[in-house]
Amino acid sequence: MSAAETRTARLAISSPDAAPLVEIDGLGRVFDLSKRWLNRVLDGSGKVMLTAVDGVSLSIERGGTYALVGESGSGKSTIAKMVVGLLPPTSGSVHIAGADIWAERSLARQRQLRRRIQMIFQDPYASLNPRWRVGSILAEPIKAFGLAADAAAREARVGELLSLVGLDPRDSAKFPHEFSGGQRQRIAIARALASEPEFIVCDEPTSALDVSVQAQVLNLLRDLQQRLGLTYLFISHNLAVVRHMATRVGVLYLGRLVEEAPARELFAAPKHPYTKMLLDAVPDIGMEGVERPSIAGEIPNPINPPPGCHFHPRCPHVMPQCRTVVPPSCAAGDAKVLCHLYDGADHAGTARSAP
Amino acid sequence: MTATLSVRNLRVEIPTRHGVLTAIDDLSFDIAPGEVLGVVGESGAGKSITGSAIIGLLDPPGRIAGGEILLGGERIDNLPPPAMRRVRGKRIGMIFQDPLTSLNPLYRIGDQLTQTILTHEKMTARAALDKAERLLVEVGIPAAGARLSSYPHQFSGGMRQRVVIALALAADPELVVADEPTTALDVSVQAQVISLLKRLCKDRGASVMLITHDMGVIAETADRVCVLYAGRLAEIGKVRDVVKHPQHPYTHGLMTAIPSLKGDPDARLEQIPGSMPRLGAIPEGCAFNPRCGFRLERCRAERPAAYPTSRSEASCFLLDAAGRAPPPETATAARAAGIEVRAGAPTGADA
Repeated sequence: MSAAETRTARLAISSPDAAPLVEIDGLGRVFDLSKRWLNRVLDGSGKVMLTAVDGVSLSIERGGTYALVGESGSGKSTIAKMVVGLLPPTSGSVHIAGADIWAERSLARQRQLRRRIQMIFQDPYASLNPRWRVGSILAEPIKAFGLAADAAAREARVGELLSLVGLDPRDSAKFPHEFSGGQRQRIAIARALASEPEFIVCDEPTSALDVSVQAQVLNLLRDLQQRLGLTYLFISHNLAVVRHMATRVGVLYLGRLVEEAPARELFAAPKHPYTKMLLDAVPDIGMEGVERPSIAGEIPNPINPPPGCHFHPRCPHVMPQCRTVVPPSCAAGDAKVLCHLYDGADHAGTARSAP
Repeated sequence: MTATLSVRNLRVEIPTRHGVLTAIDDLSFDIAPGEVLGVVGESGAGKSITGSAIIGLLDPPGRIAGGEILLGGERIDNLPPPAMRRVRGKRIGMIFQDPLTSLNPLYRIGDQLTQTILTHEKMTARAALDKAERLLVEVGIPAAGARLSSYPHQFSGGMRQRVVIALALAADPELVVADEPTTALDVSVQAQVISLLKRLCKDRGASVMLITHDMGVIAETADRVCVLYAGRLAEIGKVRDVVKHPQHPYTHGLMTAIPSLKGDPDARLEQIPGSMPRLGAIPEGCAFNPRCGFRLERCRAERPAAYPTSRSEASCFLLDAAGRAPPPETATAARAAGIEVRAGAPTGADA
């Protein structure tokens, strides 16, 4: 399929008339890292709370790929866990195809919902049970959700899944250790597809793989999306990979979604100062010999983040209100930016200095 | 001018219960004074083993089974351990991937720095402490004087790696071997550490051997790059040549497989079929031949030497001017991929 065809196909599935498949609203998660009560009393120390995710709202269109990027500690994986139902949020909601996954009381409907959501993890060496044959690993979701009439149908489906991800149906008799990292990730993808989901959360699916294998897995994920009309939430710290995969991108910094925009727009014209810094910092093979602007500072401790805008100590455009007031979500074209530079007020020339 | 480091026909073997594995096979390269040589390859290609062999810290039972390693023209691969200890740290500085494991958590940063300085240089403890503080200032640690009495855990990841750089440079080495120095760091910090390392080595005229799996880091940092595949040299040359005009089919595959921030995001990534062979199962002939799109008959039986091209040197029979002409369709495809096919050229005489 040519690049142009790919583009039209992707545009066709993400046509705006369809309601978004995934809607995340005001999602937040606070972890209590305090010592035990007795120790607190003895030490005279208070409670220690870590806000891992802070009021994140986003929606993912059917057939689209929404990428979350951010550095370590930005809350990417915490969001992933809350979206698939592995970790309850402290606040906010996650709706998938109109149903609130954390408010659903009926067990039968909960099961139905879970079938439609699957996850692919970072490390294929840790996510596959080493004592199970590949066939059993893939048959488990089919059994759990009762998707095959009998053992023969299940076996046929396992073979089908293996061919779908580019492996041999005969591989079902092997154990995970007989496969290389890339092949294991294919098995993990096949397992995610076994329950016939519409929505897959990919948490750093290629970070543990070598580059030549990474390309195979990224291509496979794109092909499967085309063929099966899947929707992805794609989590990665690698901006080049995100640019290659995403239709829309959200940038996280210390638990807040500081910018979200269509992928093309975000990479062509980043708006938030943090996004700009991040894009300037990535070493890239297309950029040899280019001098980089130097970057200041590191990510602050998330237990005690700076007040106001979390990014203000590192920001080149910092203004007085950034140090005290949490910036509102401002619309700038198709993008949403969490930054005082875009809130419409006149900042006496500072806003103009922002490109 | 003598090369700072010269590796000649290096062979590293790891004896195991199931026979002897050859981790590095006939590897040769030079690093000129002040040069940054990038060493890239996928996991298991032998990057780190090459680094360990150079600093004389191969994990047993791994051993150098052939070839020689010369530092400033003198052999260092056969030095007795006490002599090698004087070279290591003094003439070769080392930076490892994880700054938490390369610093002793029980000692203050200042003590670790002065200990290294005093081991290799004759000076008073007071002067060593002054030098330690100067080093911390140089690597950009704020309030360096006060931080001398901090422990490693009181530093962030990026700051710790800066301390490790200060340690590596403490005795003004001629060569710094940096093994994945930024892999454990976040992108925004990675850029700071890389540019710091590059600047400090340039100021001191030290050569750097930068081992990494990240082509992006190499592209922006190194002068030349050496691409390894299954313990063998695939290609070596100037970074721009290797990135823009790779001559080995593996390097070519690698460059087109890496998503970039430039170029068309909708274009399909090229992919190399299969994965790199394990050390125990390296195929006959060229190690890359089962995955290669331009495979010739002889690739299955013979091992290619490194042949020069107008840009880089690459171990591929397509570049062997004395070889027989490849089938026309292979030659056309290889030329379309930018490979300077020399096999069967008129200068190659009778074939």
